[in-house]
Amino acid sequence: MAERAALEELVRLQGERVRGLKQQKASAEQVRPRRQGRGQSKAEEDRAGVVCTEIEEEVAKLLKLKAQLGPDEGKQKFVLKTPKGTRDYSPRQMAVREKVFEVIISCFKRHGAEVIDTPVFELKETLTGKYGEDSKLIYDLKDQGGELLSLRYDLTVPFARYLAMNKLTNIKRYHIAKVYRRDNPAMTRGRYREFYQCDFDIAGQFDPMIPDAECLKIMCEILSSLQIGDFLVKVNDRRILDGMFAICGVPDSKFRTICSSVDKLDKVSWEEVKNEMVGEKGLAPEVADHIGDYVQQHGGVSLVKQLLQDPKLSQNKQALEGLGDLKLLFEYLTLFGIADKALEEKVRTTETQVLVASAQKKLLEERLKLVSELWDAGIKAELLYKKNPKLLNQLQYCEETGIPLVAIIGEQELKDGVIKLRSVASREEVDIRREDLVEEIKRRTNQPICIC
Amino acid sequence: MAERAALEELVRLQGERVRGLKQQKASAEQIEEEVAKLLKLKAQLGPDEGKQKFVLKTPKGTRDYSPRQMAVREKVFEVIISCFKRHGAEVIDTPVFELKETLTGKYGEDSKLIYDLKDQGGELLSLRYDLTVPFARYLAMNKLTNIKRYHIAKVYRRDNPAMTRGRYREFYQCDFDIAGQFDPMIPDAECLKIMCEILSSLQIGDFLVKVNDRRILDGMFAICGVPDSKFRTICSSVDKLDKVSWEEVKNEMVGEKGLAPEVADHIGDYVQQHGGVSLVKQLLQDPKLSQNKQALEGLGDLKLLFEYLTLFGIADKISFDLSLARGLDYYTGVIYEAVLLQSPAQAGEEPLGVGSVAAGGRYDGLVGMFDPKGRKVPCVGLSIGVERIFSIVEQRLEALEEKVRTTETQVLVASAQKKLLEERLKLVSELWDAGIKAELLYKKNPKLLNQLQYCEETGIPLVAIIGEQELKDGVIKLRSVASREEVDIRREDLVEEIKRRTNQPICIC
Repeated sequence: MAERAALEELVRLQGERVRGLKQQKASAEQVRPRRQGRGQSKAEEDRAGVVCTEIEEEVAKLLKLKAQLGPDEGKQKFVLKTPKGTRDYSPRQMAVREKVFEVIISCFKRHGAEVIDTPVFELKETLTGKYGEDSKLIYDLKDQGGELLSLRYDLTVPFARYLAMNKLTNIKRYHIAKVYRRDNPAMTRGRYREFYQCDFDIAGQFDPMIPDAECLKIMCEILSSLQIGDFLVKVNDRRILDGMFAICGVPDSKFRTICSSVDKLDKVSWEEVKNEMVGEKGLAPEVADHIGDYVQQHGGVSLVKQLLQDPKLSQNKQALEGLGDLKLLFEYLTLFGIADKALEEKVRTTETQVLVASAQKKLLEERLKLVSELWDAGIKAELLYKKNPKLLNQLQYCEETGIPLVAIIGEQELKDGVIKLRSVASREEVDIRREDLVEEIKRRTNQPICIC
Repeated sequence: MAERAALEELVRLQGERVRGLKQQKASAEQIEEEVAKLLKLKAQLGPDEGKQKFVLKTPKGTRDYSPRQMAVREKVFEVIISCFKRHGAEVIDTPVFELKETLTGKYGEDSKLIYDLKDQGGELLSLRYDLTVPFARYLAMNKLTNIKRYHIAKVYRRDNPAMTRGRYREFYQCDFDIAGQFDPMIPDAECLKIMCEILSSLQIGDFLVKVNDRRILDGMFAICGVPDSKFRTICSSVDKLDKVSWEEVKNEMVGEKGLAPEVADHIGDYVQQHGGVSLVKQLLQDPKLSQNKQALEGLGDLKLLFEYLTLFGIADKISFDLSLARGLDYYTGVIYEAVLLQSPAQAGEEPLGVGSVAAGGRYDGLVGMFDPKGRKVPCVGLSIGVERIFSIVEQRLEALEEKVRTTETQVLVASAQKKLLEERLKLVSELWDAGIKAELLYKKNPKLLNQLQYCEETGIPLVAIIGEQELKDGVIKLRSVASREEVDIRREDLVEEIKRRTNQPICIC
């Protein structure tokens, strides 16, 4: 073993000697490029000749040494890829990542969360039995004679282990780290085997629904601050679901599997879901229909109140508990100012994207010109039919009708050639050059999923 | 399979039914009935099931970071990162594991310390052992010929950890590297400058940076008569001189590694020397050493390095130490290691090193191992061993009794009487919307005293107290936790007042 290592060392040194000689030759040639036909000076020729013979000699030595190592050696294996489903972050990608984390972390901190970190792997036993069918996606480490280990699959089970290990009864914590799943990755669809999760959790016994409301507030703050477009937060309750299944006649044993069918409703039609429940999962058609009557409903707190009056549902204890908690939740969400983002497909009656407003008097002409430009560019825009409307009233109009953006014309801004673009949801304003305004509005109103 | 899942579901539901009855304190007979049903269901699942396994430890050699430890870590990283940025470095990140082939053959004897992933039918993978090999792979993969980058991430080594000595199997490295063909020793000098800036800013005490060069070591071994084939193994013996005596090292070289005693003595003459640039000049005159081409190259570069370090103002922190050998295979030129110094117990004694906190060197051949054409990209870099620094900083903070806050909350929204939850929710939401870091207790009717106590425990400096009378008057009572002074602030002025008070740089009220 030591001999082999020594031999490899000799090969390495000899290889360097050869490379060094080649480089010397190269730099000599660089300094004085060969001039064809004119010939070099005798000294230069001699030098070049000496180096050439030297190189040959040393290369021969090198090959002899390599031969001693054996036929398979000396061949470098060139592995120039990251493992399947993983990727490097270039400096540019790191810059984007930093911006996003900054927004997220500052929100978590604003809500008084502490931060923790856990090891990248856990004892295999810690993760066993926690992920159901997904357990087959866990990365195991090789048994190298010690503890059996697996890479973490999420941040929640480690959190639970941390709480139990430290006998903590309450904590508000965030944790940002990579997790590992042996998925079949489709990189273009943004699915990886190694990817970041940003978790925020509140552990502890508290008065009902206050922490739950804060979680939703945080979610809304983050998604607003990231400026990735309008969003909607869907809310439901496990007890309402279970209660609903019970009164519709779903057998206990089919609860989970029917649950996962219903969950697909955001991607496929009711018809398809019904077919799966009846055709594949053996549910009676009438039961499926009953479910259909319920699951296709969505709305705001009014729906909660309506269901509390539902003759069948209100007989079910679980559903009642869930509905009661949701009603309380909505009250808190209203106080937090986000009830319009929760559940409610805020039933808008118009699709207006931007209100053209003015910050001072005597700017009607400017508003008319700008709104016209926006219409010509295909943007859905409005203005108030007032010569000198107050800014506050214009902003209020947006809140009432759900218009997400305001293009504010001001005297100073006109001089500077910019328009102040304000996001109604986040209240953030930024000056946009007049000529860039259309593009900026289109960008903000059209982003479907991913950031920039 | 589906049956088992359904059975588990029934067990779960029945379990909940039982728990519910117990909570409601239903009749004993009812509870017994339902418990019997539960046991019957569980029995159907099989003998091993139904037992929750929750193993309450982290794997050997690893640990969680509590909020307190995270606060220390954040402080340390802030110093390090701001220094890297000040020197114009970009940042990258790489996956936690690499293809096993990528890491094979790069770490010499240390290869047995690599964590492998189980063969689960796909590519063979291993957890990264350091950040340097992934860096070389990144350079070759992207065909980069120059970059100045830093990378802060955890690495994995199946060491025998001694947690008390601060050695783990999972630990952070903070690497800074300059890749590219440049005029000699300027990037090398910048690396040393960065090392010194960071260690000074961290205020962890006096330190010393030892410098040597692979070529000087190799040249020295050659003229002492060490056989080529023993170079590496003798190197690793010499490397132990910072921890054990020369006698022990000589015994290992002669007794265990079969080196001739005279050769060992010759080595001893050299490796026990250390000094500044004067030692470099002295060795350049050494009759034997100056005959060796490699050693001459190394000495010449070190002389140039010292000139640059003097211009950088750090030459007094640098020691040319002939016993510095460093373990890793891939170094080709200058190598360096920073150690913290214990203050000498008596005047006149030399300060002792207590373990290295940073190290690095030049490695010109590594990227070429990844490039199909063997194209070389010369590199020089450094790695900060932050785990040791974390413990030192943590101890220092404890000694100073400086309270380490684990949150940044600026104000607690509190209520003085009952039935003011709505008002608290409204106010805290206003504060969040204005970007202020605020909290409230998750209780409908908390006692004021408990709310104040919460502030003391967590270090929240301000309390915004809502009271019935104050609501009528349109004011909020703003209280400073430290001074206990309270003042009524108009609701509309509250945000501004809080911002004004929390922007004071050093001390709050």
